[in-house]
Amino acid sequence: MVDIRIPIGLMFSIIGVLISVFGLFTMSNTEMYHKSLGINVNLIMGVLMLIFGLIMLYYARKKKKVE
Amino acid sequence: MKVDLSWIDYLIMIIYFLFVLGIGWFLRKFMKNANAFLEAGRSMPAWVAGLAFISTNLGALEVMGMTGSGMKYGMLTTHFYWIGAIPAMIFLAVFMMPFYYGSKARSVPEFLKLRYDEKTRGLNAILFAVMTVLASGISMYALAILMENVLGWNFNLSLWVSALIVLGYTYLGGLSSAIYNEVLQFFIIVIGLLPLVFLSLKDVGGWSGLKAQLAPIATAKGYAADTFTTTWRYAGEASANPLGVEWFGILFGLGFVLSFGYWCTNFLIVQRAFAAESKAAARKVPLIGALPKMFIPFLIIVPGIIALALFNDPTKGFTLPLDAGGKPIYDYTIIMLLKQYLPAGVLGLGITALLASFMSGMAGNVSAFNTVWTYDIYQSYIRPRTGNEEADGKHYLKVGRIATIFGILLSIASAYIASKFGNIMDFLQTIFSLINAPLFAVIFLGMFWKRTTGHAAFTGLLSGFLLALLHHGLTIPAGATTLVKGGWIAVLHTYPVEMAQNFWTAIIAFTVSTSVTIGLTFLTKQKKSDEELHGLVYSLTPRELDDSHLPWYERPAGLAILVGVICLVLTIMFW
Repeated sequence: MVDIRIPIGLMFSIIGVLISVFGLFTMSNTEMYHKSLGINVNLIMGVLMLIFGLIMLYYARKKKKVE
Repeated sequence: MKVDLSWIDYLIMIIYFLFVLGIGWFLRKFMKNANAFLEAGRSMPAWVAGLAFISTNLGALEVMGMTGSGMKYGMLTTHFYWIGAIPAMIFLAVFMMPFYYGSKARSVPEFLKLRYDEKTRGLNAILFAVMTVLASGISMYALAILMENVLGWNFNLSLWVSALIVLGYTYLGGLSSAIYNEVLQFFIIVIGLLPLVFLSLKDVGGWSGLKAQLAPIATAKGYAADTFTTTWRYAGEASANPLGVEWFGILFGLGFVLSFGYWCTNFLIVQRAFAAESKAAARKVPLIGALPKMFIPFLIIVPGIIALALFNDPTKGFTLPLDAGGKPIYDYTIIMLLKQYLPAGVLGLGITALLASFMSGMAGNVSAFNTVWTYDIYQSYIRPRTGNEEADGKHYLKVGRIATIFGILLSIASAYIASKFGNIMDFLQTIFSLINAPLFAVIFLGMFWKRTTGHAAFTGLLSGFLLALLHHGLTIPAGATTLVKGGWIAVLHTYPVEMAQNFWTAIIAFTVSTSVTIGLTFLTKQKKSDEELHGLVYSLTPRELDDSHLPWYERPAGLAILVGVICLVLTIMFW
């Protein structure tokens, strides 16, 4: 059927890019990140999600090549 | 209490919705017959089915409820995981899955039909169908009301939109689509709630800071200082821990009867393992699910415990809505924590995680409902197979799809009933939760004792259920104000807490069911021949193929030991 890693990888990569770019643009907004103890969680989570998404895509691609 | 979401939060949600519906859309062309639609063609790899297995269980009520329980009971809530789930999951994988999967039954009721007889199947199928619809209606209601109160979303709109999205992808891609989406939802739930765990822990000064802050709260309530951060230390006496149950009730009531009843017989869960590509894969499914299951307490219970510290610290500004009696409504714990710590962006991700948990639970209910309806009710009593396999496959596919629509509509209806008559729904849910314990007794005896007869099983099932009902009608938890909590016949006994009453109801149901089934088996004649029971009963099934050439982590026994050891280590760490 379809390899589930492809949609998962795509979705996490897209949301990851979105959140990390949003994090970059709001970097100077200390008021907004007051809630999260001064940590720019958007940037951190965005990058983590992007990495996770790319790993999923990498393994999906690797498996396809084997087949 | 209201929180405003920004455009980015909504954008994340929309991307998520597009992906879940997209998965259904891509899978629709594979849905050529009922077998593909209702059983996912028995083609799922073990890791996919394993994550779906745990994701279905991680529904909205689980996430909301367990975070709330973390706030109420502290670390003792992990009993629902380390003792109340893992042993049963190991047992299911190692001992029961070979018979379930090997029997070729397409559902748990069908297994009962193969092992026992038609009436046992009918009883179970009908009770199960009603229970799934009730359960998904109640969780739909709970989530919609939360979203209305905290995010200001229109109740009707969020109810219908979330139900229609689930309908969309389960209608298009059936069980495959439900399972694939559950895997996606599992990752969204974990990643969406992860920042909350780290930020809240950092805020209270880590685990040791949390312990220090909880000590005066525990002492003020009359418990030992470390009650909220330990699991078994104060389980010697019911009154020494906030759960209000002593070790025997936890071990036997929760750890054995309730948990084996739920994990080993609830078709909603077991169905994911039925969809695995082979018997070996099916046996690994619960074990692969058990690996993340053990760590879910850190994701949802620990933030709940932190909420207790925040709630008692006026400088944090953490609040929960109060009920009419002035007590906090614990269901709101998770969403209020999200609001407390997450800025726009990750907040949208957290809300998406809640929606994903709701959808994984609901899709689980719906895909189990349509299978039981189509195979165990429609195919058995309304329109039996004609013999023309291809035409039948198409016909039952259509029936399965219509059942999906009906299942969703009935769930929506029960959500509205829950919003108008919450007490009645609570009551019904309590009643239907009583069917699992007797069911486990009957299936267990059926698998491991070839003599067990159909008449005995049916009577055992029914009497266990009725006795549990009677027990519920004759006892109440202390301080109960409505008949929903029990005592609707007369009050013969008062339990210190509701949890203790639940555990004992289950224990009684199980004991009665087991004794009646054993007793009647000696009095009735076995109608099934040994050939018919081949593959269904332990002693009449040839031993498994030798898997000793595989590396240990590919073998069910090896994985089971790994899961058991990690679980034991966690238990000791937080003893």
